[in-house]
Amino acid sequence: MKVGLFIPCYVDAVFPKVGDACYRLLRHLGVDVTYPQGQTCCGQPMANAGFAKDSATLAKRYDDMFKGFDYVVAPSVSCTAFIRLQYPHILKDANHKCHIADNTLDMVEFLHDVLKVDSRLGKFPHKVSLHNSCHGVRELNLSSPGELMEPRFNKIKDLLQLVDGIEVVMPERADECCGFGGMFSIEELAVSKQMGEKKLARHMATGAEYITGADCSCLMHMAGIAAKQQTKPEIEFRHVIEILAEGL
Amino acid sequence: MSTSHSKLAKKFLENQQYADWHDSTFWGLRVKRDKMAAAVPEWEQLREKASQIKRHTLTNLDIYLQKFADAAEKNGVEVHWAKDAEEFNEIVYGILKDNNAKKMVKSKSMLTEECDMNPYLEARGIEVVETDLGERILQLAHQRPSHIVVPATHLTHDDVGELFEKELNTKKGDHDPTYLTYEARLSLRDEFLTADAGMTGANFGIAETGDIVVCTNEGNADMSTSVPDLQIAAIGLEKIIPDYECLAVFVRLLARSATGQPSTTYTSHFRKARPGAKKMHIVIVDNGRSEWLADEDHWETLKCMRCGACMNSCPVYRWSGGYSYSFFIPGPLGINLGMLHDPKKYSGNVSACTLCLGCQNVCPVKINLGEQIYKWRQTLDGLGVANPEKKMICKAMDYVFDNKSVYNTATSCAHIVNNLPSFMVNNGLNPWAYAHKMMKFPKKPFHKDMED
Repeated sequence: MKVGLFIPCYVDAVFPKVGDACYRLLRHLGVDVTYPQGQTCCGQPMANAGFAKDSATLAKRYDDMFKGFDYVVAPSVSCTAFIRLQYPHILKDANHKCHIADNTLDMVEFLHDVLKVDSRLGKFPHKVSLHNSCHGVRELNLSSPGELMEPRFNKIKDLLQLVDGIEVVMPERADECCGFGGMFSIEELAVSKQMGEKKLARHMATGAEYITGADCSCLMHMAGIAAKQQTKPEIEFRHVIEILAEGL
Repeated sequence: MSTSHSKLAKKFLENQQYADWHDSTFWGLRVKRDKMAAAVPEWEQLREKASQIKRHTLTNLDIYLQKFADAAEKNGVEVHWAKDAEEFNEIVYGILKDNNAKKMVKSKSMLTEECDMNPYLEARGIEVVETDLGERILQLAHQRPSHIVVPATHLTHDDVGELFEKELNTKKGDHDPTYLTYEARLSLRDEFLTADAGMTGANFGIAETGDIVVCTNEGNADMSTSVPDLQIAAIGLEKIIPDYECLAVFVRLLARSATGQPSTTYTSHFRKARPGAKKMHIVIVDNGRSEWLADEDHWETLKCMRCGACMNSCPVYRWSGGYSYSFFIPGPLGINLGMLHDPKKYSGNVSACTLCLGCQNVCPVKINLGEQIYKWRQTLDGLGVANPEKKMICKAMDYVFDNKSVYNTATSCAHIVNNLPSFMVNNGLNPWAYAHKMMKFPKKPFHKDMED
C-alpha cells in the first residue's frame, strides 16, 4: 500500500511540526509513506470565498501528483473534505478526470478506519480538551454530529485513548463552530472573533492544559485569540497527530 | 473588507450583555429541540421521509396544486392565483372591498410580510391588526420580525412593558410578562369582535381535501377565523402536501424542531366557511417560486416549512441577530431565500456563514442550506457584487499557490514577519490582527525540512 502525504499550505508554513508528526507516526506504524515535493494549497480558501473556478489548476496539480498512490492522507480536515467533496465537481468542470479524491483521507480516518490502529502509542500525561472541527464532524464523519439523533462515536477520541496518561474532556456545545471559516474570519471579523472567544472559553472551562483537534486552522484561530487575550492560565494547542506521535 | 451583514453584526456585538442573552435564548431553543428529537426513536427516519415527501410533491407540484384547488372549490371555497406580491395584494384588497370590509385581523403569516401586504392595505384605508402576540408587539413598535417563529424575541419584557404603557395604557412600571400578556389579550379581544375579516397564513395545504392547516400556540388563528364573517387564507404554492398521512409526518417534526414542543397548542384545520358566514377565500401565491423550482442548485429551499430551527442553531445568527440580515428572513434560510428573490440586492448576507453545516442537520426536511450558500458565493463575481478586496486576495493566493517557486520562497521567508516590530503586524491594516495575535512562523516550512 503506497501512501502519499499531503501537507496543506498553512500547515507547511505555520505548523511544520504537524507534518513531521504525521510522517513519523506513519513510519512508526510501518506505512510506506512518501511526501512528494511541489505541494502548495488545495484551493479551499478561494473556493469558500466564491472563487472555486480558480482552484482548478491546484486541483489538477494535486490529482496528477498523487495519481499513483493508494491513499493520500492529510492532517487538516477541511482541506481533506474540500478535496474529497469538491474536487470531483471542479475537475469535471475543467474536463479533467479525477483519480484520487475518493482516496484522500484525513489522518484520523486513515489511522482509525484503514489501519485500524489498536496498539498503544506514546505517552501524554495531560488533560486535553478535544475540539471537533465542523468539516470533520459533518463532512468526514470523524464523530457523530450533536444535531443528529444517531449512536454517538468519536474517532479522534478513540485514537487518543491509545496514548498513555491522557485525560480527554469535551467542552460544552462540543459541535459548535469556532468561527474560523477561512475567509469568514476576515470578512466577518466581529462575529468570527466572538465565536472564537466563546469557544475558547468553553474549552478553558474544562480545566484542560491543552486543546487538540484534527484541523490546524481551528487551532490557529483559537490560539491567535488566546495569545491576544493573554488568557490565564495559559492553554496550549496541539494537533491530534502531534499527541499521537509524542515520544515515538 | 466588510459586507452589509458584517457591519450590522459588529454593531450588534457592541452590547455584549445583550448579545450573550440573545445567544443563550436561541441556543436554549436548540437544546429544547435536541431533547424533543432525542425522545423520538425514528427521528432521522422521519426527517428523511419528510424530505422525500417534499421532493415528490415539488416534482409533481402542478398536479397537486390542481388537486388542491379542485378540492377547495368543491368545498365551496373561492381559490385565487397570485403570480407575484403585487397581484396578491390586489386580490386581497379586492376581496375585502367586495365584502365591504374595513378592518381585518390576521394570524401570523410570513407570506404577507414577503408581499408587504399590511402597508398596501393600510394605504387603501383598511385597518390591519396582527393577533399573534409577537407580531402584535412589533406592529405597535413599528418594527419588522427578527425571526420567523418567535418574531419579537429580540425584545425584553421591559421593552414590551414600556411599549404597552404607551400603546395599551398598562400600569406604569408593571412589566410582569403574565400581566402584559393579559392586557394584550384584553385589547386583542376587542379587535377580534370588531373585525370584518380574518386572515390566516398556512403551514400546510392538503391536496386531497383542500384543507388549510395552521399551527399556532395562541389560538389566534381560530379567533381570527371564527369571529369575523369573512375568512381569507394566504398560502405559498410550495406549502401543498398530498394528504393527511403526509401531514402526520410534518406535524411530528414542526413544533419539535421549532420550539422544542411536542406539538403546537393548536393545529387548526380549515375546510370551508362556517355556517352562516361569507364565502371563504384561499389565495395561492407564486412570487418567484415556480422559477426557483427549475433551479437545479437551489430548488430545495422550497422544501422549507418555516420552523426556524436553522436560525436557532446558527451561531452566526445567534451572535448577530435578525436585523443584521438585509432580507426580512434571517439565518441560513434567509440568506438563501434572499438570493432567490434578488441576488444583487441581498448578496451582502452570504458572508454570514462559516459553512459549519449544522443547519442542514437540524433542518427537519433536510435542506442543503449551507451547501447552497457555498454555491451562491460562486455566483457573486459573475453578478458583479464580489468584494474587490476579497477578489484580489483570492487572485493573489492563486498566483502564489499556482507557482511552486513563488510559494517556496514565500513560505521560506515567512519567518521574517516574526521579527517585524509588533506595530507593523498587529495593526488595523492586517484584519487577522483584529482578533488574533499574529502567529510565529517557523524558520523552515515542512517541505524544506523534508528536502533537507
